[in-house]
Amino acid sequence: MSFVSVRGLDKHFPVRGAGWLSRRNRPAPVVRAVDGISFDIDRGRTLGLVGESGCGKSTVARCVTRLLAPSAGTIRIGDKQLDRLEGEPLRAARRDVQMVFQDPLAALNPRMSVERAVSEPLRLHTTLSPAEQRERVREILTEVGLRTDVMGRYPHELSGGQRQRVNIARALACAPSFVVLDEPTSALDVSLRARVILMLEELRERLGLTYLFISHDLATVKYLAQRVVVMYLGTVVEEADTDELFAHPRHPYTRALLAAVPVPDPKVRGEPFVLSGEIPSPLERHEGCPLRSRCPMASAICAQPVVPREVSPGHVVACHFA
Amino acid sequence: MSALLEVEDLSVEFATDDGMVSAVDGVTLSAKAGEILGIVGESGSGKSVLISAILRLVRPPGRIVSGRLRFEGNDLLALPEAELEAIRGARIALVPQTPRTSLNPLMTVGRQVERLLRLHRGMDKRAAREAAIAMLERVRIPDPKRRAGQYAHELSGGMCQRVMIAMALATEPRLLLADEPTTGLDVSIGARILELLRQLGEESGAAIILVTHDLGVVAQTCHRVAVMHAGQLSELAGVDELFERPLHPYTRALVRSIPRIDQQIALQPIAGAVPSLVNVRSGCRYVRRCPDALAACRRQRPPLIAAANGRRVACHAVEQSNVVR
Ligand SMILES: Nc1ncnc2c1ncn2[C@@H]1O[C@H](COP(=O)(O)OP(=O)(O)OP(=O)(O)O)[C@@H](O)[C@H]1O
Ligand SMILES: Nc1ncnc2c1ncn2[C@@H]1O[C@H](COP(=O)(O)OP(=O)(O)OP(=O)(O)O)[C@@H](O)[C@H]1O
Ligand SMILES: [Mg+2]
Ligand SMILES: [Mg+2]
Repeated sequence: MSFVSVRGLDKHFPVRGAGWLSRRNRPAPVVRAVDGISFDIDRGRTLGLVGESGCGKSTVARCVTRLLAPSAGTIRIGDKQLDRLEGEPLRAARRDVQMVFQDPLAALNPRMSVERAVSEPLRLHTTLSPAEQRERVREILTEVGLRTDVMGRYPHELSGGQRQRVNIARALACAPSFVVLDEPTSALDVSLRARVILMLEELRERLGLTYLFISHDLATVKYLAQRVVVMYLGTVVEEADTDELFAHPRHPYTRALLAAVPVPDPKVRGEPFVLSGEIPSPLERHEGCPLRSRCPMASAICAQPVVPREVSPGHVVACHFA
Repeated sequence: MSALLEVEDLSVEFATDDGMVSAVDGVTLSAKAGEILGIVGESGSGKSVLISAILRLVRPPGRIVSGRLRFEGNDLLALPEAELEAIRGARIALVPQTPRTSLNPLMTVGRQVERLLRLHRGMDKRAAREAAIAMLERVRIPDPKRRAGQYAHELSGGMCQRVMIAMALATEPRLLLADEPTTGLDVSIGARILELLRQLGEESGAAIILVTHDLGVVAQTCHRVAVMHAGQLSELAGVDELFERPLHPYTRALVRSIPRIDQQIALQPIAGAVPSLVNVRSGCRYVRRCPDALAACRRQRPPLIAAANGRRVACHAVEQSNVVR
């Protein structure tokens, strides 16, 4: 049985009728930020979650960790059914679940020093003595490449990448069983990113941690994840084992995504393949394929609902042409 | 091309309980009209502090301890605060590294763009509203009319980032300081933003300083690149030369460490820890990590020496080896 199981997850946000746009006499519109997403993660494995900005990745992350209440769907982590819990039982169930937020500055308490921020989960969830906690904080800060001279500093006194690493250290300090990492290395240069990746891998192997890894950085996803889910406009368009996905991307969106990666060589200054056309609004309900307004392959059939299809063992694609 | 911005020997320090943090140490560089200058360097190497110093936005206990800043002939360090305020936002625009926290949480994002347009471009309310929506569309925010009526917390991370970019472009600046403008974005929207930056440079002749840790972005976008290490400038060169023949040992390590999607990812962190910036003494800050270190490197900060094609490099070993001639 998988360790994490998400089934039919929906998250709809109400749209306020702000002065910019009045929609009188119509039903209150909602943003379908997440629209029927399912995935599983086996214990000790990493699932990569990729997709265009605004497609709903962070919303999935915040629902899975129950920082947001989903509009529909089930979320199981280990033997806990998170979607059914509230209050103290939810807090207890979340003890083993940590999250590294996309926005490191907003995630840190501005009045908490680095040392306090990182030791807080240790204080709450472990029986370590204050001296042991301090030692653990030093250790983990060093592992993410921070000097211990930042321990007394506050978030605004750190650089962007330093804040991001404080968040990572905080999430991993007490060795949770499941960690959701939302763009955890976006502010890091290659060298530090390598360091953080190696640390995540080492912890996963040694302690059997399970990760949901969200990133725009496909090279890192390729390295860390065993399996990858590709999202587009709140839905899953393709899912496969990592090697298979990168070698044989089937969905036109996945292909565009892989083709757009800039190559660090000024001599290959090729035009990246960009999908043309309008990004549709998540306000409308999409009967057919959500990509069809931008897809070079689109034809009449794409107005029909797409049923995800297993094109080879474990490789699922939601495209009429797959 | 004439230099729009000249930064000379700029140093910034922060007083902390543990001692003096030397975040920027004697940096010299310039940005020319129509040019995109990249600034790269490890996390904590002083890129953002340098940017805030250019805008004279370093807050106490931080302080610009020395240096000169010239912009369009003005001495920015001597200018009264009121005159500087007029330059900020209008002549020089900033895309900060923390987009969500830099947006006003109590005002819709559309109104924030609109306000800038009215303030700096003298538009009336109606024109500003239309232009604001057009700006949001240019940075590829889907459904811009509706998005304009939302608040920062209702947008995704990458959307906040694009709103900040729209705000910076809205004022038609002469100098754009973009601090990691594409980190929160997927590659295809990132490519679009870089395209907009290129356009801004080509069409209006603005100078752009692009801070990024992504060497792929540098390779595809920048004309010249400044490499920083632990607050010091290591090397400044044209982008092709920098990738083809990095001179400074740190730049060499940086270029070697680039992972590529088309190859198996090379997990080669640059050797050695980033040095402490607290109470540091003179000397090259790369010395403990450097394979080519000489005795002089510990004692004395290497001067920025000129090489062919307007290249600059700060390294005793390179200077002695004569490769620069
Ligand atoms: N509190 C909210 N109220 C209204 N809409 C919201 C709210 N939070 C998120 N959304 C909307 O949900 C959609 C998905 O946002 P989400 O942050 O999950 O995207 P993302 O995939 O993480 O994007 P990025 O890569 O830019 O971080 C967006 O259209 C966003 O505007
Ligand atoms: N207010 C402050 N007080 C003390 N130290 C500071 C302060 N602000 C920045 N620093 C330190 O100055 C150094 C340079 O910071 P800066 O934000 O410029 O780094 P950066 O190159 O932008 O890094 P990143 O890529 O992580 O954003 C860092 O070591 C940081 O910890
Ligand atoms: Mg997000
Ligand atoms: Mg920075």
